[in-house]
Amino acid sequence: MEGSVQQVLVGLGSCGIAAGGRRVFDRFAELIDSGRDDSVLKQTGCIGLCYREVLVEVRDRQGRRTLYGEVSPERVDRIVAEHLHQGKVIAEWVVETSEVFARQQRIVLRNCGVIDPANLDEYRARDGYRALAKVLTQMTPAQVIELISDAGLRGRGGAGFPTGTKWRLAQATKDPHKYVVCNADEGDPGAFMDRSVLEGDPHSVLEGMAIAAYAIGASHGYVYVRAEYPEAVRRLRQAIAQATGHGCLGANILGTGFHFEVALKEGAGAFVCGEETALIASIEGKRGMPRVRPPFPVESGLWGHPTCINNVETLANVPWIILHGADAFKACGTSGSKGTKVFALAGKVRRGGLVEVPMGISINEVINEIGGGTVSGRAFKAVQMGGPSGGCIPAWLGDTPIDYEQLTASGAIMGSGGMVVMDESTCMVDVARFFLSFTQNESCGKCTFCRIGTKRMLEILERVCAGQGRIEDLNLLAELGEQIKASSLCGLGQTAPNPVLTTLRYFLEEYQVHIADKRCPAKVCLALVEFWIDPEKCNGCGLCVTACDVGAISGEKKFPHRIDGGACVKCARCLTVCRQDAIEKR
Amino acid sequence: MAHAPADENTNPSHAFGRMLWRHRGEPGMLIPLLQAAQDSYGHIPQLAVEQISEVTGIPASEIYGVITFYKQFRLKPVGKHLIRLCKGTACHVVGADMIAQTVADELKVPPDETTDDGLFTFTVVACLGCCSLAPVLMIDEEAYGRMTPQQVRRILRQYRQRAATSLRATIPKAPSAVLPANP
Repeated sequence: MEGSVQQVLVGLGSCGIAAGGRRVFDRFAELIDSGRDDSVLKQTGCIGLCYREVLVEVRDRQGRRTLYGEVSPERVDRIVAEHLHQGKVIAEWVVETSEVFARQQRIVLRNCGVIDPANLDEYRARDGYRALAKVLTQMTPAQVIELISDAGLRGRGGAGFPTGTKWRLAQATKDPHKYVVCNADEGDPGAFMDRSVLEGDPHSVLEGMAIAAYAIGASHGYVYVRAEYPEAVRRLRQAIAQATGHGCLGANILGTGFHFEVALKEGAGAFVCGEETALIASIEGKRGMPRVRPPFPVESGLWGHPTCINNVETLANVPWIILHGADAFKACGTSGSKGTKVFALAGKVRRGGLVEVPMGISINEVINEIGGGTVSGRAFKAVQMGGPSGGCIPAWLGDTPIDYEQLTASGAIMGSGGMVVMDESTCMVDVARFFLSFTQNESCGKCTFCRIGTKRMLEILERVCAGQGRIEDLNLLAELGEQIKASSLCGLGQTAPNPVLTTLRYFLEEYQVHIADKRCPAKVCLALVEFWIDPEKCNGCGLCVTACDVGAISGEKKFPHRIDGGACVKCARCLTVCRQDAIEKR
Repeated sequence: MAHAPADENTNPSHAFGRMLWRHRGEPGMLIPLLQAAQDSYGHIPQLAVEQISEVTGIPASEIYGVITFYKQFRLKPVGKHLIRLCKGTACHVVGADMIAQTVADELKVPPDETTDDGLFTFTVVACLGCCSLAPVLMIDEEAYGRMTPQQVRRILRQYRQRAATSLRATIPKAPSAVLPANP
């Protein structure tokens, strides 16, 4: 097929849809269907260059691929007229991908942005379900586990537990009734790797689950996916139905007599449900509260039966390892961390998107070479990894390689893969406060230290941001943080203080400036800045005067206005109404 | 789809009723039943809780415990349009607070409240997962990326105008058109 027909692929992951991808797709459909053209229009998942959405790829009859960025419905007409009809590439809209992809290696994302996720045949054409067939017909469960262990695959949900070991423990239990659960409750703010894989290549995850089920001897599985990802839910549901219809899931899989059914469970919005025992409680229909381990879920999980819980990305790696062997997987990575890791690159980075890099590459390489540095062009200040459980790594540690142990040593964690880049306009105290307000809100309330300790830490940080901090607050924060880590039952509480502790460790000076000088160097904490109207820019329209509730702004119509610093309550309302960009924070 | 209000032309309780009717005591069905109730009614009314309790045998107190644990569930009706403002990390560092304030100012309601005219319910969510389009705002199922206070005001006013003139629903300006060129 490929090479003979001209194809148009529209990236319809959530980012693409959010940027207006559906309308682009519809416009292509109108024009292509109206005849004169034998091009085939297709949807695909996340192509990875989210910063240029909507992305459209044209593959001509010779197999040449052209990627267009920022395609709007209006631009579609010209692409159809010039490229599809006359074979003329529109150079000014082409996205240069060589820099972005040069350092990447795609195992998990092998099909994302390449195939139509709704089309099982396309997945099969790219070796889909061949790994499952190989496992079912040529390997024993023990051999499968041996292979995964040998490859050194570790859990990609963040903690990095060896997948082979987990499978072996689950297999060893005597209970005939076992479960495989795919943890797709990607709750970290700033992370969208799992969503992109589920949307772009749902079958690879299902195939990984079926292989896990064969290895441990399970006949039932669940995918626990966030309800906040409607598109991923829809595509997964469709993929499960297709796979079941074609004998890749369900009874007598591929004619081998192996039986494995998968059901979908939608989460209901609780960050703590990413923790495995809380996730189990949620599938059982209860409040998602973690419980004491042991017993671990591999011994006693869902409804008391052994349950093997793996993350989306971990499972998507499995079919590739089966087909290519442990050595191919081990070929990239460091001594303790093998294979690749997918990151969601966001924040103040020039080229944000979804990237997959070999383990061992440095943070600097990911941000500067793949991400293209910061939007402002200045050096980055810090990168936040691991979301609310992780920490901020300062720029001077940018040579730290992507490796479970080395990242943990820096105070952050590998995490699920969120990478938020920050520059000097980001206030680290404010970032710490932001994450703590998130975890404080999401704490299930079971452990006292997590429930009340995070609340007290948040109050202290709010005080510091409001310019009412005391210098002894810093010791109190560190002390409370250590106690919360030591006295919480689950991962949420044990890691909640990380964003505060890492910023205290690397950006102590910024805290001190907030407290001693009552100044916010990044000009983010509103209580610590002065609002000022630039007389050069102000045209005296008076919008800010109307917006100001306290009458702090005065001036004659059509002449520059000014703000009375004494009366100003720093609500920033004037800033949101000014059309001249004349109001500044100083 | 979970947040879309039920279509007035169809029987709102239909999907939920069918699910209740088919329930045969399978374990773990409480959350799917609650989700179906919310899909059908836009929120979870007391009657639905009583019906679920009767069919599953789970005490209403326990059901309320589950409802209040999860952020997805609402016990109060929502407005015609549900606004979800993203406060994920990526949105936060590029000024989601200012967007939140603009929405609250424009609608004159704080987060988690519905406007007096019943047109909008304003909520703040942890992450919509469109981090590279930050800051992001979602109205019903439509996402708007790279928002500025001015754009937020304009979009909200378009929704208002449309409701006031009760014109046939026209889709507001596409987000692709309001995205400024990338630097």
